[in-house]
Amino acid sequence: MSGGIRGSAAIVGAALAGLGEAPGRSSEEIAVEASVKALAEAGLTTCHVDAVFGSLPGNANPLSALLIAEMLGVQPKFTDNNRTGGSTFLSYTLIAAMALKEGLCETALIFYGSNQRTAAGKLISSVKPFAYEAPYAPIFPATSYALAASRHMHEYGTTREQLAAVAVAARAWANLNPEAFMRGPLSVADVLASRMVSSPLTVRDCCLVTDGGAALVMTTAARARHLPMKPVYLLGAAAATTHMNIVAMPDLTQTAAIDSGRRAFEMARLTPRDIDVVELYDAFTINTILFLEDLGFCKKGEGGAFVASGAISPGGALPVNTNGGGLSCVHPGMYGMFTLVEAVRQLRGEAGARQVAGATLALCHGNGGVLSSQVTNILGTEATL
Amino acid sequence: MSDTTATPSWTQGLGPDAVCAQYLATGEFRIQHCRGCGRHVFYPRLACNHCGSVALEWVPASGRGVVYALSIVNRSAEKGGPYNVVLVDLAEGPRVMSRVDGVPNDAVCIGLAVQARVATGAGSEPCVVFDAVPVGVAA
Repeated sequence: MSGGIRGSAAIVGAALAGLGEAPGRSSEEIAVEASVKALAEAGLTTCHVDAVFGSLPGNANPLSALLIAEMLGVQPKFTDNNRTGGSTFLSYTLIAAMALKEGLCETALIFYGSNQRTAAGKLISSVKPFAYEAPYAPIFPATSYALAASRHMHEYGTTREQLAAVAVAARAWANLNPEAFMRGPLSVADVLASRMVSSPLTVRDCCLVTDGGAALVMTTAARARHLPMKPVYLLGAAAATTHMNIVAMPDLTQTAAIDSGRRAFEMARLTPRDIDVVELYDAFTINTILFLEDLGFCKKGEGGAFVASGAISPGGALPVNTNGGGLSCVHPGMYGMFTLVEAVRQLRGEAGARQVAGATLALCHGNGGVLSSQVTNILGTEATL
Repeated sequence: MSDTTATPSWTQGLGPDAVCAQYLATGEFRIQHCRGCGRHVFYPRLACNHCGSVALEWVPASGRGVVYALSIVNRSAEKGGPYNVVLVDLAEGPRVMSRVDGVPNDAVCIGLAVQARVATGAGSEPCVVFDAVPVGVAA
């Protein structure tokens, strides 16, 4: 059955809005701006949209897809505000592909928008403090990731320098991306010397707090071929969840990406070796190491050495987070969408100085909660169908 | 298979969160024991997270545990300075978040044997904290 979804739907429009700082603009307006741009790129209008998927940060607009549809004047047949955290958007693509394949809709719009940096100056989270963690005052979510990092260091000898190498690689990519929020030199020593947040993670091991929005337009493969942009096909997608709170994560060194990755590769009929470019949700430097291991790009426990070797940096064997990631490009609360938009640009060959030459297959991976929800998408060009 | 006959009270009265809070308020750390699968459950639940049974009974926790993961939160000096946050694997199985009291933060490490006691948390609520077990004392 899964073979039926492979390549049946394509992304035909992808756009960003309000990256970095968008003073005076609401989260909703940022989402609408991205949506209008993505539709324009796809050669479509709001009149074509009959399915809307999306989230906004925090709890201000829990019915966010209804609101954005209303703002756009769309009356969808299918609406989804599913919230699994930053991974949500990679589930939307799967659900949209299923709905498109079944003929339940023809044009799906997926959106995100957040003004958290200019409005709040910090991460806006919708997660309620947990009664069995709150007495110990962990910083949400940084301390949960720090705990995972401490365990990875204990079990595998991963070092702070290796964690820092993830941030350094992300910055090197950001330096090739004019849209990235944080640019300029960054060394391992800089990361280690920056302010400690929750050990072993310094502020440079943590993602940015920025504004930003993104939108994608998806349609059937048959229709995609008649639209202006080179279609980017969804070849594989799968989700897996192990827990909500970090106390309930079975093993802090192994994420559900092991499962989501395996099933996404199965659906795509591909292996990690086939992938040209990787876009991971790098909320913290430990994420990149965990996901590279769990998705099969290196062995368990060897992620630290892998990233420190330069493999994921510009010019390395495995380009990872080519926009600069959540660490150096953009992180407006839920980053999942930005993995997809960057992959689309890479597969269309639009990525300018950071373009991975000849990229035809991309893996995007979203993370939600505190390593809780893991969702993998594999995207490919026409040639990979 | 869930045993729904053993504990008719599971649909009535205080839920497990409220029961746990009552125990903590009287200085007692209890966890749940599942009569369905024999394993222990914490944080408190209405149905066993291992087997789905609702035959959960409250039992005193041994309080023995080992630090599984550790982070020092770098709070500023004027707000009270850095403090530790740990995950502890209880001898009975469940993993809990907590803090280790009575020793400097740099003396807390993964693998440290610890013993629980009820103290107060960030909001002055009763909660379980741990003391390091002195070296040479069997954990």
